[in-house]
Amino acid sequence: MNTELLGVIATYALTLIIAIPLGRYIAKVFKGEKTWMDFLAPLERLIYRISGINPKEEMNWKQHLKALLTINLIWFVYGFFLLIFQDKLPLNPDGNPAQTPDLAFNTVISFLVNCNLQHYSGESGLTYLTQLFVITFLQFLSAATGIAALIVVFKALKDKTVTQLGNFWEFFVKTNTRLLLPVCLVIALILSFNGTPASYAGKDAIVTMQGDTVGVSRGPAASMIAIKHLGTNGGGWFGANSIHPLENPNYLTNMTEAIAQTIIPVAMIFALGFFIRRKKFAYVIFGVMTAGMLLLLIPTIIQETGGNPAIARMGILQSTGAMEGKEVRFGPTATAYWSTITTIISTGSINGFHDSTMPLTGMMQLVAMMTNCFYGGCGVGILNYFVFIIIAVFISGLMVGRTPEFMGHKVEAREVKIAALVALLHPFLILAGTALSSFAVAHGWGAGWATPPGNWLNNPGYHGFSEMLYEYTSAAANNGSGFEGLTDNNIFWNVSTGFVLILSRFLPIIGPVAIAGLLAQKKYIPGSAGTLKTDTATFGVMTFAVIVIIAALAFFPSLALGPIAEYFSLY
Amino acid sequence: MRTKNNTLFPADLVKESLKQSFVKLSPRALIKNPVMFTVELGTIVMLIVTLRTLFTGDQSQGSFGYNLTVFMVLLLTVLFGNFAEAIAEARGKAQAESLRKTREETPAKKILAVGEIFTDEIKVVSSSQLKKGDLFVCEAGDIIPADGEIVKGLASIDESAITGESAPVIREAGGDKSSVVGGTKVLSDRIVVSVTTEAGESFLDKMIALVEGATRQKTPNEIALTILLASFTLVFIIVCVTLKPFADYANTPITIAAFISLFVCLIPTTIGGLLSAIGIAGMDRALRANVITKSGKAVETAGDVDVLLLDKTGTITIGNRKATNFYPANGYSEAEFIRISALSSLADDTPEGKSIVELAGKDIVSRLSPDGGTMVKFTAETRSSGINLADGTRIRKGAYDAIRNLSRHEGQPFPPETEAKVKEISGNGGTPLVVAVNNKIMGVIELQDIIKPGIQERFERLRKMGVKTVMVTGDNPLTAKYIAEKAGVDDFIAEAKPEDKMRYIKKEQHEGRLVAMMGDGTNDAPALAQADVGVAMNSGTQAAKEAGNMVDLDNDPTKLIEIVEIGKQLLMTRGTLTTFSIANDVAKYFAIVPALFILSIPALQGINIMQLHSPETAVLSAVIFNAIIIPLLIPLALKGVTYRPVGASALLRRNLLIYGLGGVIVPFIGIKLIDIVVALFF
Repeated sequence: MNTELLGVIATYALTLIIAIPLGRYIAKVFKGEKTWMDFLAPLERLIYRISGINPKEEMNWKQHLKALLTINLIWFVYGFFLLIFQDKLPLNPDGNPAQTPDLAFNTVISFLVNCNLQHYSGESGLTYLTQLFVITFLQFLSAATGIAALIVVFKALKDKTVTQLGNFWEFFVKTNTRLLLPVCLVIALILSFNGTPASYAGKDAIVTMQGDTVGVSRGPAASMIAIKHLGTNGGGWFGANSIHPLENPNYLTNMTEAIAQTIIPVAMIFALGFFIRRKKFAYVIFGVMTAGMLLLLIPTIIQETGGNPAIARMGILQSTGAMEGKEVRFGPTATAYWSTITTIISTGSINGFHDSTMPLTGMMQLVAMMTNCFYGGCGVGILNYFVFIIIAVFISGLMVGRTPEFMGHKVEAREVKIAALVALLHPFLILAGTALSSFAVAHGWGAGWATPPGNWLNNPGYHGFSEMLYEYTSAAANNGSGFEGLTDNNIFWNVSTGFVLILSRFLPIIGPVAIAGLLAQKKYIPGSAGTLKTDTATFGVMTFAVIVIIAALAFFPSLALGPIAEYFSLY
Repeated sequence: MRTKNNTLFPADLVKESLKQSFVKLSPRALIKNPVMFTVELGTIVMLIVTLRTLFTGDQSQGSFGYNLTVFMVLLLTVLFGNFAEAIAEARGKAQAESLRKTREETPAKKILAVGEIFTDEIKVVSSSQLKKGDLFVCEAGDIIPADGEIVKGLASIDESAITGESAPVIREAGGDKSSVVGGTKVLSDRIVVSVTTEAGESFLDKMIALVEGATRQKTPNEIALTILLASFTLVFIIVCVTLKPFADYANTPITIAAFISLFVCLIPTTIGGLLSAIGIAGMDRALRANVITKSGKAVETAGDVDVLLLDKTGTITIGNRKATNFYPANGYSEAEFIRISALSSLADDTPEGKSIVELAGKDIVSRLSPDGGTMVKFTAETRSSGINLADGTRIRKGAYDAIRNLSRHEGQPFPPETEAKVKEISGNGGTPLVVAVNNKIMGVIELQDIIKPGIQERFERLRKMGVKTVMVTGDNPLTAKYIAEKAGVDDFIAEAKPEDKMRYIKKEQHEGRLVAMMGDGTNDAPALAQADVGVAMNSGTQAAKEAGNMVDLDNDPTKLIEIVEIGKQLLMTRGTLTTFSIANDVAKYFAIVPALFILSIPALQGINIMQLHSPETAVLSAVIFNAIIIPLLIPLALKGVTYRPVGASALLRRNLLIYGLGGVIVPFIGIKLIDIVVALFF
């Protein structure tokens, strides 16, 4: 077995080794059991006192959602004003200008929803102050929002019949103090010892071999890059994201960042099992998600290491695989692995350009975001998966001859309606967005715009179509990566993706929390031999089938016109 | 006599259903079914396109023949769906009608009333003129004109018209056997009956209304499934609408026919077309099992039942206990003991009493004379019965503790040998009946239950279905336990009074379980109403029948088991056909998507894995497959998917393999075969 592949396997194995105990720890923290991090309790009490929070106050699912949405709205206003006044605020050694209102609007939404689409370059578009107090701040909080929402669902699934599901603020604060901050500290240290800058000084200057003097941006980047991955955010300090040698200096940091973005989504699955005391249920979820990941990862690795037939036809030997858009220090296998995890999990950071990957790799990246629940983002991955569970429970419940029930609660019209709407939303946003942009390009619509549709696409044909499809898919999956061939920094793309971002973030949080809250209120029905077991491999297969049919089949025609057509014309 | 129609498609019903298939094309009727409604809209669009092609000669949307074929196939798709619903309705109605026919327009001997007071005058009127509360008389040979309750008299009645059981039954005023059913025949004696239901409001009438479209309401589960199917439909509307700008971008003109075909193929038309047929067929299957359901929901609920309360007598054991042995005590001779036992039972017409007389033998019985004696009836309080002879001798027989209390009251000792015998009999599952003369213990009679053959297997089946069985019996706990173990029930309620049943039901329901029970007496009515599925026996009182949500015409206590399976079948059929319908999409995608683009993007030949002949034949094959799968699955929808009690996971695995994997593979084969045929024409 070659070293590159071993590197990927080692990365994944390390992820699991960390994620399983981390999951147990997360379950303990939110169950209120003793952990060795309890010394942080006074700090939390201080935060509660300052904020006027009573962490003992129990909330029902509606109050949880109200708290979640209110606090997000406040951060939106806060972030927006900091960005448009950043030039007048301190910590701006490079003298970067303020963001325009529309760019600030886009930036703050993008980070608020854990997506991190970036329509600016970190080096010039932000100051150290906004990097820290808007970007890094929101990277912590958006991750904590998703995790806290998932904890509400955990609570709802844990007990037989409940309406009171704990305190949102407590979940939220503890996610930061007990999980995100301590782990980030470790990651940031590893990164800074490997060369990622952690400095408040302005640009450095180097003289290149050609004798040119080049300004090299730096800043307190290591801490931000830690939460960028741990919180499955993905927005880079530098414009080139984790391809940038200072953001991801070597193979060790590459492994660290790859592990960092995967551990919380994976740990949350195990935390679910520990929390609701149904470990087998968690293993089945983990199994389905991992199978989904492997089905995307294996073709990706084969495609990328196989090289590009068009280059092969030119008589060029590609012993290392397809190297376009890739860093030599990582190689195609590690880049393939990263491209899969960064798309199944809603990170969206990159260590190689997705636009340059092989057509089928591009399709795997698209499908990863279209399904958006194989591990998925911090907290929200399982919330997305939960929606598919409800639909799978409904159909397979019928197939065993009982009106469907999940964890002892009847799944009825109301829950099915919410689940179906949330499942429907994702293809709707992606397809409608892509249809709008395709229409504009095909019919020469908006020719008078500053950036007319005719100038959007750097690659015509199938690949251009894939670029548009990718942009909306990335926005709807709150992923944030892009097929960078698209000229997306203009009003059309800012506005349309902005709407997609908000809708695709909050509705898929509201839906599952509402379903779980509604189910938890219902009478508990004890199981019998005739009850559908949701912790079996068979049910796992059923859920997988539902995900494939709903999340993947809806996109088949669009994939046929993009990556599939490109693939068949290339080979 | 009722004839059971076992063919799925009797000719007369098919004819009527064919007509109904067209009547149901009315959009107002179809809008209730969002999936088929959108297909109808697509059909209308295709009609316009076809006519336009015909009149303008514009070939840009494909040839006239091609458009016409697509239009015809879509129309057929809707018609097939309508036909499925119509044939299910027709079958249900025919079944109910044949039951109702027995009770149409019979002459009734109505007792005339002046104001509130009934006179002695009798007038013959038509049964349809009877109103609730009217009294009528029936004598030997009369057909009972309406459902009612006997207020005076006793009669033997032939209920074979309803139950198919030829042995006559006795019905009498008062008690739990007072109810008579219209259409049955009085064989002997004379009864006065009070009408309990208005003409046209009997359970059968309600049932017929349930089957018919007008008043049929969707069950909660049907609503939830319709929502899911509607959202699938919405997803595919989005897929097809957005495909237009995609195709524009790719410079690929797509015909309207292809768009609509893709859409119709992707939306779950199979389950959409069969959904209401499945629900109606469920009620129909219940009716074929001679169970009248008062709502479609009751059948569904039956599938969810967790606990089944079954009366011991008649369900678990054959008929009643029989006397098998006499054990005298206190120095009485066996002959004397038998004589006294028989004497106490002469006027006792309970099955136990009769069996004692039977066991005593004709020789002894013929010499008995209870002249001047007064019968003491069994009551739940005394739990004993007997006779007071003219000479003042009081003979009592009854439950061990009841008689013991009596004798203890009188200061009489309870003989230890009897005590030992009582325990022995109970331990063997028998029922000891202690006999006392003037409160002095004479001995004990052994009664034994005979467990029905095959009942253990049925309980085993129920256990695998996840249903807990509970035996309800008036026996003492020891006897009850013995029979419960022997029959294989999971739990029992011994020495049960009606309140005990109620308490048990409430306890199980409180713990979240659904309870089903069967009952006939008025004192069962509260429990029948409390139970999630309450099946009243047709021979039961009106109160019991009103309280339950099903009525069993056969008065067969094992019917509950069948009802549970019918409920499960109903839900399973919905689930499996939904799975099948959606799984079919994979193959249809692989047929139509390459067909859409192949002319402008030849590279996409790579996904034409079925190697279909041409874009036109590919589209046609897919829609034709989509249409004909509906009638092919009608028999399955009507009969229901077979339920196997193998546990939920195994059942899911099995159904996923057959209907999920099968649903993926079958259309690949079907579409390819149809394409071979269609290719001959296009």
